[in-house]
Amino acid sequence: MSTVQTVNLSLPSLPAGWTAEKDFKSVGSLSAATQRNLEPVGPHFLAHARRSRHSRTFSEDERIQAQQNVKSTEEDEDDDISEDEDSVLLSREAKDWKSQDHYQVLGLSKYRWRATPEQIKRAHRKKVLRHHPDKKAALGDRDENDQFFKCIQKATEVLSDPVKRRQFDSVDEAAEVEPPTKKEATKKFFKLWNPVFVAEGRFSKKQPVPQLGDDNSTQEEVETFYNFWYDFDSWRTFEYLDEDVPDDNENRDQKRHMEKKNANARRKRKTEDTARLRHLVDDCAAGDERIKKFRKAARADKDKKRLDREAEAKRLLEEKEKARLEEEQRKKDAEEAAKADREKNKKAKEAAKNAAKKNKRVLKGSVKDVNYFADGGEPSAAQVDSVLGDVDLVISKIDAEELAGLAERLTAAGKDGAAVKTVYTEEVQRLVGASKLKEGEAKFFV
Amino acid sequence: MSSETNGAAERFAIGISFGNSSSSIARLNPEGKAEVIANEEGDRQIPSVLAYIDGEEYHGTQAKAQLIRNSKNTVAYFRDYLGKDFKSIDPTPCHNSAHPQQNDSTVAFSICDTANETPNTVTVSEITTRHLRRLKQSASDYLGKEVNAAVITVPTDFKDSQREALIASANAAGLEVLQLIHEPVAAVLAYDARPEAVVTDKLVVVADLGGTRSDASVVSCRGGMYSILATAHDYELGGATLDKIIIDHFGKEFQKKHKTDPREDVRGLAKLKLEGEATRKALSLGTNASLSIESLANGIDYGSTVNRTRYELLSGKVFAQFTGLIEQVVKKAGLDVLDIDEVILAGGTSHTPKIAQLTANIFPETTKVLAPATFIGAINPSELAPRGAAIQASLIQEFDKEDIEQSIHPMVTATPHLQNAIGVEFTSGETVDFKALLNTETALPARRLVQFAVPKEGGDVFIRVCEGVREIKVTKPEPKAKEEKPAKTEEDEEDSDFDSDDEEEEETREIIWKTEKPIAELAVKGTKAGSKVELMIHVNADLGLQITAKEVGGQSAVRGAVEAPKA
Repeated sequence: MSTVQTVNLSLPSLPAGWTAEKDFKSVGSLSAATQRNLEPVGPHFLAHARRSRHSRTFSEDERIQAQQNVKSTEEDEDDDISEDEDSVLLSREAKDWKSQDHYQVLGLSKYRWRATPEQIKRAHRKKVLRHHPDKKAALGDRDENDQFFKCIQKATEVLSDPVKRRQFDSVDEAAEVEPPTKKEATKKFFKLWNPVFVAEGRFSKKQPVPQLGDDNSTQEEVETFYNFWYDFDSWRTFEYLDEDVPDDNENRDQKRHMEKKNANARRKRKTEDTARLRHLVDDCAAGDERIKKFRKAARADKDKKRLDREAEAKRLLEEKEKARLEEEQRKKDAEEAAKADREKNKKAKEAAKNAAKKNKRVLKGSVKDVNYFADGGEPSAAQVDSVLGDVDLVISKIDAEELAGLAERLTAAGKDGAAVKTVYTEEVQRLVGASKLKEGEAKFFV
Repeated sequence: MSSETNGAAERFAIGISFGNSSSSIARLNPEGKAEVIANEEGDRQIPSVLAYIDGEEYHGTQAKAQLIRNSKNTVAYFRDYLGKDFKSIDPTPCHNSAHPQQNDSTVAFSICDTANETPNTVTVSEITTRHLRRLKQSASDYLGKEVNAAVITVPTDFKDSQREALIASANAAGLEVLQLIHEPVAAVLAYDARPEAVVTDKLVVVADLGGTRSDASVVSCRGGMYSILATAHDYELGGATLDKIIIDHFGKEFQKKHKTDPREDVRGLAKLKLEGEATRKALSLGTNASLSIESLANGIDYGSTVNRTRYELLSGKVFAQFTGLIEQVVKKAGLDVLDIDEVILAGGTSHTPKIAQLTANIFPETTKVLAPATFIGAINPSELAPRGAAIQASLIQEFDKEDIEQSIHPMVTATPHLQNAIGVEFTSGETVDFKALLNTETALPARRLVQFAVPKEGGDVFIRVCEGVREIKVTKPEPKAKEEKPAKTEEDEEDSDFDSDDEEEEETREIIWKTEKPIAELAVKGTKAGSKVELMIHVNADLGLQITAKEVGGQSAVRGAVEAPKA
């Protein structure tokens, strides 16, 4: 956009008599524009979009872009690898390299194990530029002390080799974070414990390491965290603390003895470290309110379940008892009803029996009252017999109701012998008609 | 140790050109050049075909070969069905593969894509997802890093529903669609991103000659920004039309020899189609190409050759359709062939030399036709779209999703474009010259810087900023010119007999600029001899102007503003 076109035409000279204020004269305006869609593609469009979205003009946008470019390159160059070098550090002897803090030497003590290989490379370069012996000489420094330069070289040697760097990181005390005491941890549990685990997490073979989290972590997260730390797989080694093994070929036994000693020391330290870590996690778990919370919740849950279960059992038992009582009541009622029924039946039967007896008596009395149909005088014994036989026959053949009807009619007939006879004859005929009585069975009432 | 810090959120974007017949994937290599990625089989143009046998999925060339034996379970040419109604699709290209079917008003295919015998209904969206997933896999394998985002090219006539369907399918394939860009613009971008390219104002015709359809569009490039002025489509014209000619040619030849027509047999036709396409492509490179098919029909093996001249003779009519489409789009944009600065031939069919030559013939000599046959530095026409997409992908890969959305919002893209060119009028004596600085169709706001020479003696100079209009001046050759001509080209006389007859009637046409309307006048006083005057014109979106003129190296500048026209 800001490229300048060059036109090889020469401009005309000013016509005579042309004047204008400030040498500029506006004489017209543009024709109307057509609206079209730009294709949102390509770097120039993106520049256009940036201008239009932030409503910048061409020159503003150019300035801002230029500023941003400068800033970003500077950041790349400078980083934060600029730490003060105190005199103690500068006066270090290179032969004491085992005790030197390599990160501090390179000015990376802020990053330590977090420093990337790229940062280490850049830090080394920066330090070399400043402390190179040749440079010192050129600046007129007579002092030929290149000890610090050697320190720098040693630090780079250690830190740029992944194996050696791990060995150093394993024993880098400055990177350790002291676990909080119980008293401290009660108030700021997460704030104090989190950096401890972040620092310890650097030794993990498995990355990423789960974080401690906060009050709102779920039970699953918390469990994952503690399970991880109880199964911690560490690459931490303690070779860096080995005592120097003599390198001469003369004393082989001495050498072997030293090696053995070193191996034992390493093993011992490793065991101690594992125990330390376990102890640390124990401490943390002991103070972790979340675990208590989850346990409490679990217990409450369990209690609730138990109570529910008990209540349910009780309810079932009650229901069963109630059902049993109801059943008993029902049985009793039924028994009583049956008893009453029976008694009622008995009474009715008795009454019927009595009525029948009475009616029979009426029947027998009726014939007796008419003197067994004897026409004056005493009836003969045979007649009495045949009359009574017929009466008995009728009685035996008719049921209680007919008997009652018959008795009524007979009472109505009274002591009129003919009437009584008619009643009996009718009855016998009816019985014959109903074929309850055979023709001729009755001897008298025909 | 801390290298895997924010790896999860990081985007790794590629450019995808998703075509009806073939697709390509590309990415910018560390040197900043767009590179088309070959899939496992070494194909850079991966056929957009999926085939299934016993539940196993085949993709690309392997799938395309199945069109012969397993056409029912092979899905091809499905791009244009995506996001469309069943009613509005043209199923002809799928005649030899799985047929599209209606499925809730969208399109689906009924194919046996599992080990079961019963066919499943697979929607076109699902097919697209599977296709894109394979492309993504190929790219990830090649680059050694999981690809999770893409810029995809689409034709200019892709509707919103199609765009949405494509984005949904891509998301289902695990690709975040950063942007969908138009194929012709991707092609222009691919050319403009070459290191040797300079940003100039130009009008470009992009002819995308594909496998089953052809599109042409006129794109204006103004200060590196692109606007499409017109588009034309021919949905039946493409490489397949040319294949048909080859098929017919060989089919007839076979019929003559063996008394059977291989085109009547489904399998014979499929074989002819597959091999014929290869033969046609071979003819773009060599002057002779052979075709050999085992057991074409009735178990007869067939082998024959065809030369390019023969092929070009047979295809004359189809070639004319291609050039006709290009002429049509120029006309549609309301332009003349003289206005066109560049013609970009994209798409596989653009390899055909004759098409490029015929295209060059319709344009004046000043127009560059960017095709392999006519321009040595041409980029492979099949790779233009994916390259453009890859370039765009690299540009916006770092952007937030929101940033991209805002940038491609109509608020930003819909801009006023100049109706007339703005330039400077040069009056020297009688003649009036006009030099355009901002061409027509320049998106506003715009700014241009230009330097002019001053008259030899220096002094006060006058600048008149005007609107200009282009006119086409047609001059019939005068008889005098005809006489002069043979004199000039005496050496060519023998072989240009035929030519000169032709030219006799041909009129010469040229572009003439005329000043339409003066806008502002400025005077730069007291310039030194041999120095230069720098003029800056800044046009606001509301058509207001700021004009600044000063002598290069000079202290004082002449400034002024022209107010926007009252609506």
